[in-house]
Amino acid sequence: MKRISLPSLSFALVMLYLFLPVAATILYSLATEWNSTVLPEGLTGKWFAELYADPRFLQAFGRSFLLSFLTTVVAVVIIVPAVFSIIVYAPRMERLVQILVMLTYAVPGVIMAVGLIRTYSGNGIPMVIITAGAYLVGLLPYLYQGTRNSLLAMQARSLMEAAELLGASHWQAFVRIIVPNIMSGIFVSSLLSFSILFGEFVLINILVGGRYETLQMYLYAKLSSSGHVASAITVTYFVLMAIITGLVVKFTRRSFARKEVP
Amino acid sequence: MKRFVSMFWVTTIPFFAMIALFLLVPLLSMIGGSFQAEGGGGFTISNYREIFSNPYYLQAFENSVLISFLSALIGIVVAVFATYAITRFPQALQQRVLVITNLTSNFAGIPLAFAFIVLLGNSGLFVLLAKQLGIDFGQSFTLYSWSGLTLVYIYFQLPLAVMLLYPLYNAIQKQWMEAAELLGASPWEFWLRIGFPVLLPGIVGTFSILFANAMGAYASAYALTGSNYNLVPIRIGALVSGDIFARPELGSALAVLLGLTLAAALIVNEWLTRKIRRDLS
Repeated sequence: MKRISLPSLSFALVMLYLFLPVAATILYSLATEWNSTVLPEGLTGKWFAELYADPRFLQAFGRSFLLSFLTTVVAVVIIVPAVFSIIVYAPRMERLVQILVMLTYAVPGVIMAVGLIRTYSGNGIPMVIITAGAYLVGLLPYLYQGTRNSLLAMQARSLMEAAELLGASHWQAFVRIIVPNIMSGIFVSSLLSFSILFGEFVLINILVGGRYETLQMYLYAKLSSSGHVASAITVTYFVLMAIITGLVVKFTRRSFARKEVP
Repeated sequence: MKRFVSMFWVTTIPFFAMIALFLLVPLLSMIGGSFQAEGGGGFTISNYREIFSNPYYLQAFENSVLISFLSALIGIVVAVFATYAITRFPQALQQRVLVITNLTSNFAGIPLAFAFIVLLGNSGLFVLLAKQLGIDFGQSFTLYSWSGLTLVYIYFQLPLAVMLLYPLYNAIQKQWMEAAELLGASPWEFWLRIGFPVLLPGIVGTFSILFANAMGAYASAYALTGSNYNLVPIRIGALVSGDIFARPELGSALAVLLGLTLAAALIVNEWLTRKIRRDLS
């Protein structure tokens, strides 16, 4: 008989530990009453029905979606061309960009919040815009890495030279040749960025507070009032993240497959 | 040097403007603010003096460092073994497990705190279960205390640790193990003498990232205990966002000190990693 090894045991424990809270939340969101018994007394969909009928939830969800989506789009539009230019025309500048990436990665949200409040509060600019600006910078590590990998994989520099020799302008070459080639990489990085922003709580809570209630803040508000509804929100959020993760995996596999069969 | 084309300027100017506006200027303003008295004014170190002489803020640092160290330590020890187990699965299964791990890494902050409330809160699943079995750990354990918070922190450390450690195991080649076995080494000896030393720099690096990750964590603790639990990020949040008692200058000084702690963790990591690598070669 095979002995259970330490690695397998710790793996099983990790998986159990990671799954138990998820499973309990799902169960709680479907439970009728669950205050004194070990297992729920009955199953129901009424918490979800109640949640999806609540306009405050729909608004919060919409705000989160809008904020994350628009910020991701703006971040892609600003960061991707800049990283492209730096890699193709000024590779030496990459050192500087890498330092900036490290900096954004190493500075936690709560520290950024202090600086942003000191700099921008009371200037009349809505703090949501400032938060979105901080999100743009926060996405830098993910978009930089994704863009850089795609560009290096397709040898963007020689491709640009070839296109320009054939008479294309810089912009033409970039839009017609580079962008289509890095599209799947950008798409995957964007999905990741979107999911990161969708789960963000620190900056929006400290900078904006209740004036722009996102999904995470709505969930926080619901924690004390109804556990079942809060579970339904958590499950909804988790399902959305699962869908995004699934898409990321699907598209990464596809781009891998394309690389294997040229 | 090559002449920069117009495209270069068009694309990089917004990029650097964005970084200046939302990263560099706020950071500098924060550092500047930490040396100002309340409501502005000239240079002073009174904020720092207050932090270092106030046991309340010192305790916040002590709590933060302790919970970060402990959660990073437990996270990394468990993950070292668990990740090794993953690397021995068939390739397709490995990918699937990593996807699942990645997915649970999204389960952080408020949703995570809530899930733990369902499990271990005042009328949580396990608390009820224990009651049925006649055990009341209401005295020895509550989720809303130090031990509960540590459990929550370990949860978000684990997926990160696995994701960061997983690539390291690629460095250990199958042939080494076979060679060691042929030469009469037991698996334990192999790991002790060869495997672990090869992994060590990566483990140390991952540990310091986990530590920094926990030092800066705000949402989980905030969701569990509001601003009651005394941690540095919670204190900073309370100092800058409180409408009546806002003291952004003091908050800035705390944030600078937190930033220095993180920088110190990363520098120690650099130094250790280099030292370990030199010993190897």
